[in-house]
Amino acid sequence: MAQARTLKAEEFVAQRAPRSWRQIAWQRFVRNRVAVLSALFLIVMYLVALFAPVIAPYDPNEVDILYTHARPSREHLLGTDESGRDVLSRLIVGSRASMSVGLIAMVISVLIGSLVGSASGYLGRAVDSILMRITDGMMAIPYFFLVLIVVAVFGSSFRNIVVVIGVTSWMVVARIVRSEVLRYRGLDFVQAARALGASNTRILFRHIVPHTVPSIIVAATLGVANAILLESALSYLGLGIQPPQASWGNMLSNSQAYLWENPLLPIYPGLLILLTVLSYNFLGDALRDALDPQYREGNL
Amino acid sequence: MVAYLIRRLIQAVVLLFFVSIITFVLIHSAPGGPSLLSNPELSRQDIEQMREQMGLNDPLPVQYGRWLGNVLQGNLGRSYNTVEPVRSLIASRLPNTLLLTGLALGLSIAVAIPLGVLSATRRNSALDRIVAGISFFGVSIPVFWLGIVLIIVFSIQMKWLPAGGMATLGQDFSLVDRIKHLVLPTFVLATANLAELTRYTRSGMISVLSEDYIRTARSKGLTNRAVIFRHALRNALIPVVTVIGVLLPRAVGGAAITETVFSWPGMGRLAVEAAATRDYPVVLGTTLTVAIVVVLSSLLTDLVYSYLDPRIRVG
Repeated sequence: MAQARTLKAEEFVAQRAPRSWRQIAWQRFVRNRVAVLSALFLIVMYLVALFAPVIAPYDPNEVDILYTHARPSREHLLGTDESGRDVLSRLIVGSRASMSVGLIAMVISVLIGSLVGSASGYLGRAVDSILMRITDGMMAIPYFFLVLIVVAVFGSSFRNIVVVIGVTSWMVVARIVRSEVLRYRGLDFVQAARALGASNTRILFRHIVPHTVPSIIVAATLGVANAILLESALSYLGLGIQPPQASWGNMLSNSQAYLWENPLLPIYPGLLILLTVLSYNFLGDALRDALDPQYREGNL
Repeated sequence: MVAYLIRRLIQAVVLLFFVSIITFVLIHSAPGGPSLLSNPELSRQDIEQMREQMGLNDPLPVQYGRWLGNVLQGNLGRSYNTVEPVRSLIASRLPNTLLLTGLALGLSIAVAIPLGVLSATRRNSALDRIVAGISFFGVSIPVFWLGIVLIIVFSIQMKWLPAGGMATLGQDFSLVDRIKHLVLPTFVLATANLAELTRYTRSGMISVLSEDYIRTARSKGLTNRAVIFRHALRNALIPVVTVIGVLLPRAVGGAAITETVFSWPGMGRLAVEAAATRDYPVVLGTTLTVAIVVVLSSLLTDLVYSYLDPRIRVG
């Protein structure tokens, strides 16, 4: 009898064991099947990009002018383009540009955004109003034009594109971080840290910034999606990654001249951009649900 | 109200000033200068002489001062490439862009608000999920690709609509023809905004519907329709108006791409071409014009905002 009772009590305790915040977030995330699928898709795409030269069945730049606009066949699974290059190989190699531009640009924009946002929210007063004016100003500028000008002026190297996209897209992150910092700045645990004699830098980076990480992760995920779209738009306008190096955007741009001969050509790269961006958006949305304790399912 | 308006106008002027300086410095730091000067047939002396004539050898602040002085007198200079006055170039392109973006924005608002209200009032229903799915696609789809796919389907396969341009070549102007040319670009441009607007309308509506005064209205015995349209919608639209202000700069960028896909002779394409050939006066003129349009429209959204919400009507 006694034994049975203790066992039950143990089970009871085990069931009610407090789950850590991480566990809760993970469980909420895994329940969302679309998000898990999106994450898997992205992992596969990054592996493809990483091992592109090994996976690609042909040299993506190998021209065969006798075999242009070939329909899909066993040799060329997705056919060939206007110069007889293997479309599948170009898609595989082209994934490198699109997938990495998004990631690196996002890192730059998150760094700038968090710095501006935390300085603005924590220091307040003049710093805050100056930084927020600049942020508002940047948001009001038709920034696609700025990006366009910078790329046209300084050349469309991979580095330039990444830097330009990063430098012009930090505003959303800055606003989010600022509002989070404002929320935590006045709370008791921050006052306690201050009373214990912690320096401003320590309070900001040890006590406040860690709380903003979930919102930053969400903003960063959505930011990658936008950066990928922007890069493909630039490539489409001929101002992105330059041919013959393949990128999904410039493959699309090339294909528009051959819509009549080969209407399938623009479908593949566009579909890949769509799926990648869609996955990032689904992922960002699911992370917001999973990470934010105040977010209840169903509220958008 | 007047003081607020004046403050906003001053802010707008400062912003335009800021945009023009950034653009000016950026474009003038182009290595090699305008593409016009990289013509291999020009001798070094020719190039030097042309630079002198164009005033490109003066210090940058002097050049900016001269440009600004001219702009304030309504003179935007002449295009390096075509020698046409920039003002008339813009005057011939701006209405086309305004027509396209205006129609697209109108269409997206007209569709997004009812859709958002419907999915907010029927939360988690099948309809709500479908709308959410569509808006995910809407924000994720590359605008130019959607354009190309629509051209393939409706112009090449079905031959219903023209693939680009504003009018059929060699035909006199007719309204039907113009509308046919407008259908695809308008639809493409409206898609991206549509998704975002729907999401904001929905979330605005959801948060308003949980307010006390909505419960009061319901308990008075008002019909569902009256509660939603007379009491909730007006307040739910307030955040939506702000979003329209935020979307505008992006819509203009989207217009540049859409115009390129459909060879629509608008400002966006003019700017893209000018940037690619480093036609300084045209780049500066188009950027400034677009910035003015954007700033004026966001001023307008703010006014609508304060009209809709008396709480914000601050002096």
